[in-house]
Amino acid sequence: MDTSQRKKYWKENLRYLTILLSIWFLVSYGFGILFVDQLNTIRLAGFKLGFWFAQQGSIFVFVILIFVYVRLMNKLDKKYKVNE
Amino acid sequence: MGIQTWTFIIVGLTFALYIGIAIWSRAGSTKEFYVAGGGVSPLANGLATAADWMSAASFLGMAGIIAFSGYDGSVYLMGWTGGYVLLALLLAPYLRKFGKFTVPDFIGDRYYSNVARTVAVVAALFVSFTYVAGQMRGVGVVFSRFLDVEVNTGVYIGMAVVLFYAFLGGMKGITYTQVAQYCVLIFAFMVPAIFISIMATGNPIPQMGFGSAGDDGLYLLDKLDGLMTELGFTPYTNGTKSMTDVFFITASLMLGTAGLPHVIIRFFTVPKVRDARKSAGYALLFIAILYTTAPAIAVFARTNLMETVHNTPYAEIPTWFTKWEDTGLIAWTDKNEDGKIQYLPGSAIVGKQPEFSESRGDHGERIIYNFSQGINELYVDRDITVLANPEIAGLPDWVIALVAAGGLAAALSTAAGLLLVISTSISHDLIKKQLAPGISDKKELWIARFSALAAVVVAGYFGINPPGFVASVVALAFGLAASSFFPAIVMGIFSKRMNREGAIVGMVVGLGITCYYIARFKLGWIGQPETSTEAYWWWGISPEGFGTVGMLANFAMAILVSRFTSPPSEEVQEMVENIRIPSGAGEAIQH
Repeated sequence: MDTSQRKKYWKENLRYLTILLSIWFLVSYGFGILFVDQLNTIRLAGFKLGFWFAQQGSIFVFVILIFVYVRLMNKLDKKYKVNE
Repeated sequence: MGIQTWTFIIVGLTFALYIGIAIWSRAGSTKEFYVAGGGVSPLANGLATAADWMSAASFLGMAGIIAFSGYDGSVYLMGWTGGYVLLALLLAPYLRKFGKFTVPDFIGDRYYSNVARTVAVVAALFVSFTYVAGQMRGVGVVFSRFLDVEVNTGVYIGMAVVLFYAFLGGMKGITYTQVAQYCVLIFAFMVPAIFISIMATGNPIPQMGFGSAGDDGLYLLDKLDGLMTELGFTPYTNGTKSMTDVFFITASLMLGTAGLPHVIIRFFTVPKVRDARKSAGYALLFIAILYTTAPAIAVFARTNLMETVHNTPYAEIPTWFTKWEDTGLIAWTDKNEDGKIQYLPGSAIVGKQPEFSESRGDHGERIIYNFSQGINELYVDRDITVLANPEIAGLPDWVIALVAAGGLAAALSTAAGLLLVISTSISHDLIKKQLAPGISDKKELWIARFSALAAVVVAGYFGINPPGFVASVVALAFGLAASSFFPAIVMGIFSKRMNREGAIVGMVVGLGITCYYIARFKLGWIGQPETSTEAYWWWGISPEGFGTVGMLANFAMAILVSRFTSPPSEEVQEMVENIRIPSGAGEAIQH
């Protein structure tokens, strides 16, 4: 794999990381902490939404984020032929 | 059969299983001892990581902490799960590609420096020892509660079991026993939770149950908020900590999780880079099952406590109450002499634990000496939330026995994982890499075994003589991991320019400032006691959350220093290039 290919691979990887980690930050620190009071005015069945994100929602999103990352990276590895 | 008989049978069976697995998976080489030969499937590694991660504190304590702190408890839920996203995206795949045995291995090689390696070894040992002391204590406590032995005897039994499979099998033995331990602990946690959810709301899924309505048509959380407001508590879903502090504690726990050596080391055991990513996903999935159930149990337990206990005459209290009073986890003082239990805000006692006298009061309650002047009459140990669940729900004896086996599985698996990090740090990072580089693989394996033995003995000593208050010790472990390892590893991967000088200064500054703050405001070793209170915290950040500041200081200092010193050599930059590309991880481990 030559240098320009390496650079491209790394750049795409960093782009995925930026997007996924922004979501990671938003659901936990955003919805669960910084905007918890505003979100608590919205209801999801018996839950106040901010409280739900802090104790349930963020964790579900974390799990999904990792599996999305796994899929994206497996595809990226194939594209650049660095998969095993 | 009684609870006792069931407990002996189930705990005995699970122990036999762990020992059987240990014999089957004996380690024959250092590679097997340190990283299970690098041949663990992502699913098995995910299960083992989950068991490794979830300690007696998660299993027994977490639901209780949340039940008694409501929204504030979210810091633990998000903090101890969100770190896995960082681990999966920023650390695990690259460290797996790097492909050696330990975290100090990476730091030492990446920063081409034995000083950096030594700083990392010291930090790893410190973090692991502070953490393992609490685990051994946990083993002892679980034994004493369920098998009616002294706490210290429990610690000895736990030491013997852990030693057996750590000594024989190293990482290989530990990995496969942890897989079994995860199954035991999650089954033991979920069975009572599902039953209680059905009882409270008719919904068998606890995660949905606590957002549902009970028989009276009121949403459970609204009812709980209402009850708490009525009695003068802060509403359950609101919390009392400041937003800044919640933010910093969550961040510190997340970054600490991603930097804990006993978690990171688990990702060295899978065959390929893609397996490392995937097994982080599995690990978090298996952890999330327990971590999303815990807040549900917390709500059921707290509502139940408020409804059945407050303003109930002691004479009419359910039997579980008096049973746990007998074990000292519940205490009641009839301060206003009306024969009823008042459960109100404030502490019912002075100090951490009730001190019981031999005699009984007018209503048959156990008399305590150290009751407080406040209006609250009831002391409840938080651990009771999980322990008493099956009884409150009226579940059969074997379920109660199962909870005992689950608690033991949680404590043993975490202790074993930590002990392995300690023994590896000594035999590999100190002896092989620094003191006696020429020793053979076989010799190193024996040194690793005896380091494990020594580590168990030291951990057992700390378990019997716990250093100070164990909770502050855990805060310390996370703060230190967040302020030292996390920045050093992330910069080692994502910045080719980061050099030896920057990394060392960063780690020392991060560790130093975090240690200082905890010593100053948590342990009270430095400064006047009257200036160690909340009012004097910097920017309103508690010692638990200060690891985040340490981490920021580490990053800032490292970047600054590295700009004024020479960049790393071509070979090191080439190594960084190499770990960013996933292919070829299989060979990298042969060294």
